[in-house]
This record gives sequence, structure tokens and C-alpha cells, in this order.
Amino acid sequence: MQRDLIKQFLYDMLLARRFEEAAAEQYTQGKVAGFLHLYPGEEAVAVGSLRAAEPGDYVVTPYREHVHALMRGVTPNAVMAELFGRATGCSGGYGGSMHLFSAEHRFLGGYAIVGETFPLAIGVGYWLAMKQSPDVVLCYFGEGAVNQGTFHESLNMAALWKLPVLFICENNRYQIGTEIHRNSAVTEVYKRGCASGVPGKHVDGMDVLAVHQATQDALQHVHSGSGPFLLECETYRFRGHSMADSGAYRSALEMAELKARDPLLNLRNRALQEGWLSEDDIEALFKKAHETVDEAVRFAEQSPPPTDLYKDIYTQPLDVYRGAP
Amino acid sequence: MTRARDADAEMIAPAHPRHELMVWEALNLALDHALAADDAVFVLGEDVGLYGGSYRVTQGLYAKYGEWRVRDTPISENSFTGLGVGAALVGGRPVVEITTVNFALLALDAIINLAAKIRYMSGGQFRVPLVVRMAGGVAKQLAAQHSQRLEHTVMNVPGLRIVAPATPQDAYWQLTQAVREDDPVIVLEHELLYFKKGPFDIHAAAPPMHSAAVRRVGAHVTLIAWQRMVDVCLQAADLLAQDDIYAEVIDLRSLRPIDLPLLVESIKKTHRGVVVEEDCKFAGAGAEIVAALQETIFFELDGPILRVAAADVPTPYNGALEAASIPDAAAVVHAVRRMVGPREE
Repeated sequence: MQRDLIKQFLYDMLLARRFEEAAAEQYTQGKVAGFLHLYPGEEAVAVGSLRAAEPGDYVVTPYREHVHALMRGVTPNAVMAELFGRATGCSGGYGGSMHLFSAEHRFLGGYAIVGETFPLAIGVGYWLAMKQSPDVVLCYFGEGAVNQGTFHESLNMAALWKLPVLFICENNRYQIGTEIHRNSAVTEVYKRGCASGVPGKHVDGMDVLAVHQATQDALQHVHSGSGPFLLECETYRFRGHSMADSGAYRSALEMAELKARDPLLNLRNRALQEGWLSEDDIEALFKKAHETVDEAVRFAEQSPPPTDLYKDIYTQPLDVYRGAP
Repeated sequence: MTRARDADAEMIAPAHPRHELMVWEALNLALDHALAADDAVFVLGEDVGLYGGSYRVTQGLYAKYGEWRVRDTPISENSFTGLGVGAALVGGRPVVEITTVNFALLALDAIINLAAKIRYMSGGQFRVPLVVRMAGGVAKQLAAQHSQRLEHTVMNVPGLRIVAPATPQDAYWQLTQAVREDDPVIVLEHELLYFKKGPFDIHAAAPPMHSAAVRRVGAHVTLIAWQRMVDVCLQAADLLAQDDIYAEVIDLRSLRPIDLPLLVESIKKTHRGVVVEEDCKFAGAGAEIVAALQETIFFELDGPILRVAAADVPTPYNGALEAASIPDAAAVVHAVRRMVGPREE
């Protein structure tokens, strides 16, 4: 049982890492455009938390969300094709890297304005509570989003009406180039729900097993009808904020320290030490992840582009100069 | 549709036997019917519940439908409007009340970045059946921060629909249609129209949500307006008629889309047009309407289509100055006379 779980987590993180590397390669070749925010270093958060969620749960994320979509079951082909802007992408080529959607997977989108996931998530939570549904919503955000008004507004409403929302902070310490100590008077994000009485917990976001366990515990709280919970996962991004950012504001020492805590290496070493997996097992997972991503790139390259500029702005096509049908 | 109207008629009968309603009563009735007809509908906003709504529009609904369907919110415009968007994505049909358009400036992220974009960004996977009601306009000495008009800001956003009812009949039907619509709809209400009384007939056929309406038939000039300025134009038309100048008055009713064909039809007849708007002239809604008309029927015109609009100022507190800042019937008459010129006896 434990072995299967470890194997799953390691494969998920290998796939996530390889997927993001391939996205970067395709970006440098000009095949992926726009803003591209990559996830290496943070894999344990999306993998650990989303593997603890039920298939019926809803997920809302900010714009660094390729891995979250993959963890919910959106195929690597559909995510890569979206980065390529193709009709086979999970948003039909209309969203791009920052706006992945999949209704089938209850994946309610990536959003590119910091702090937007809070009101959307409480809206989903409100509907679930009103309908007395057993499902919950997982709301992701970065530590930088905590200083937006929507964080405080939404946590207040979530707590006031006991909405089934798990707020998951991916604290990678930097809002682009500004480190948390330079933007927040209180740097322990899990404490910042206190004004609304939202309980919080801090977990090592570089340890997938710890994130998984903490998410299970937090979800239990949310499912119990006790209202929202705030889980802070302290992590680190190995790359810049986006492809346009070299990350030069961080010291080499800091980078080296954090890279030594790489969540993939962590789990790999532990799996070998504990005898959960063999070198051959791991090599096979690595190979499978590479093949899957290579296939996703091939699929994206061969996919057709979308062609209808005016599709799906409204339910029915609407001419702004012809009000009466 | 006929069956739905019969059902509406049965519901209205005991509570509202009158054939006249105030605009707020018509809106209240529309919400009552929408809440009764569809479990997915819920209403939220500041003071919409126990208090009954700042302009009485939600009066009685809290007692009837309970707190989950008529929800008093904290003062958090961006987040409770965004809450509406989130609920709409997963099956809800929320009706958000933002007390005034001035407060809606705090909710523009939810309206413009979320409600208007998600359907398109998701490749059509998600619909956003959200209604956002908001009251605007210059009322009575509420000063600069409580007197704004927001038409220009929301009209420029693909993905939104915008209606602006001026009568109880339109208030009932346009709000009813907005709640049934699968796209986000902004319902622009006017603070001075809530207590305006007018004829109401639930059996009358509902015009399409976005059509314009001819409120007075004329021959010499077409006056185009919406919300409170429709009444200003009707007053101006009365004054002009004394001098045998017959103005046609069109109530636009909808600002996105606009019913350009009806405007074109009218101006083909009158060859002159004036857009009367309560908002500032510069980069306002009237600029779009005039531009669209001149692109379409330039050679039908006897002269440029004019705009009578608010002064380019923040709204002052002083009552006389406030009145001077927005169009009245005299200003419309003056503009028309300028176009039509001295009439030969």
C-alpha cells in the first residue's frame, strides 16, 4: 500500500518536473508563447495535496497550474496542446498556460490576477453548502496573494457561513522578486486567517508525504462541517517567476540550500533507503515520464489551431449592434 | 412562454392586484418569481435580507426564502460579486445586488476579469449565468462619490450584457429575462426611478431583452435615451410639440447590445438625431451610439447627430449646481432648436 503510494507520488513529481522542463524548451523554441510560469521545486505541494482530494472536489488555482491540472486527470496532451494554443488544448487554445480549464475534472481554471481564486472558491463553497453537497473546494494561492483584500474578504465569508473550502497557500517566498519579509508584516501565512477565526497549519512543502498527510487532516476538518481551513505549504521555486525572470534577486547560497531539499530527490532517496523502491523501479518511472511528455509535445505540435475568433463569448453569438433578434 | 406568463399571473394576483406598480415593486416581483421558479436562483448583497434592500427591492424575500437564498453579505463588493461568479460556474444562478454603481468600482475585477472572460477563456466549457444589479445615476444631492454613471465602463467589455430598464414593465421583464439568461447580465437601475409609478400588465407580451422601444412617435427629430433621460426626452418632446416640432423618443432599454436597426429606422424617417445621456459626454455611451449611427446612415442625415450630456465635472453637492450638471428638458429643446433652426410660418 505504502509502496504504491510512494510510487505514485514519485511518478507524479517526475512527470511534473519533466513536463515543465519540456514547456520551457518549447518556449525557447518559440512554440509556446505568452507568460509561462513553471513549477519545478514546488511539485510536492500540488501532488501531495491533490492526491488527497476526492474526484468530486472542485479545484481553483492561480496561473502556475499545469501540474494541478495534470493531478486532476487532465491529460499531458491536453495541457501541452493548450500551451501551444491548439484546438485540442484543455481550453481549446483560448486560455493558454495561465487559464487551464476542465469541466469534466471539476478543474475551474487557472486565474492570472493575484487574489482571484478566493472569491471564486467561496462561491463554489457557497453553492455546495446551500445544496448540502458532500463535495468541497480546494483553493490555491501564493503567499503574495494574502495581501489582497479578497483574501480577507473571502476568508471572513467562508468562516461566517462555514463554507467547505480548503485554502492552500503555496508559499514559495517570492512575489516575483519581492521576498515575503519585504512585503508582509506577518510572514507566517497560516496565522493570517486568525482575524476570521480560520484555523491554519504550516507544513513542509518540500515533503510530499507531509503535504499529503496534512491535506488529509485539513480535508477532514472541512468535510466535518466546521468550515474552512488554511494550510500553508512552505516551498521554493527553482526557476524565476516566469520565463522572463532570471531569478537574479536570490543568492546562490539560498538556491543551493533549497535545491538540496528538492522534493523529488527527497522522496527518491527515502524510497531507496526504506527499500520501498529499487533503482530499476525509479529508472522505469523516469523513462515513462519522459515518454509521456515527449508524446504530449508531439501531440501538441500535430494538433490544429482554433479558427473561430468569436466562439463562446456568449451562449449564442451576439452582434453588439443588433439588440433585437 | 404563454404558460410561464399564466403562472406568473397567478402568483401576482393576490399580492399585487393593482395595474400600476413602482419600479422597485416590479423588480421585487421579478425576484420573487425567479426565486419561486428555480431553486438555483439566490440573491446576495449588502442589506438585501433582513433589512429588505437599500431601495426595498428585496423586501419580504428573506422571510419567504430564508438566509441561504437571500443572503446578507459583509461590505466586500469584489469578493461577494466574485462569489456569485464562482457559484454560477457550478450550477447556481446568483443575483448579486451592488447597492450603487459607485461601489461596483470595487467589484470590477469580478465583473470584467472573471464574469465576462471565463466562458471564452475556458473554450466554452463554463457558462456564467450571473446577474449583477446596481443602482446608479444622479439622485438628490448625494455628491460626487454617490452620483456616478458606469455605462461607459461596462459597455466596452465583450462577454457582458447590459440592460437599463426605465419603466416598471421593463424592470419586471428585463430582470426576469436576465435571471433566465446563461450569460452575465448587468442590470443598471436608477436611483430616482425606483419610486416612479407606471402601468404594469403581466399579461402583455415581453419584448426581447435587448430591443429598444419607441416611446413617442414623431417626425422631425429622433431623441435617443435610456433610464431617467427617457422621461427628460418625453418632457422635451411635449415642449417641442407646442412649436410643431414632433420628436420621436426612443428608449434604448439595452446598452450591450444596442438595437441599432430601430435607431436607423427612426432616423431614416426624421433625418436628425440627438442622444441624451446623464453621463459625461467625453468618451461616454453616447459617443458609441452617435459613431455607430453616422457610420451606418451618414447620407440620411440633415446634420450631425448631437449629444446632450452631463457637464464634464464630478457631481457637486449643491443642489442648483447638481441640477446644472445634467441634462434637463430645456437643454434637449435647445439642442433640437439648434438643429432644426427657425421654423417658417
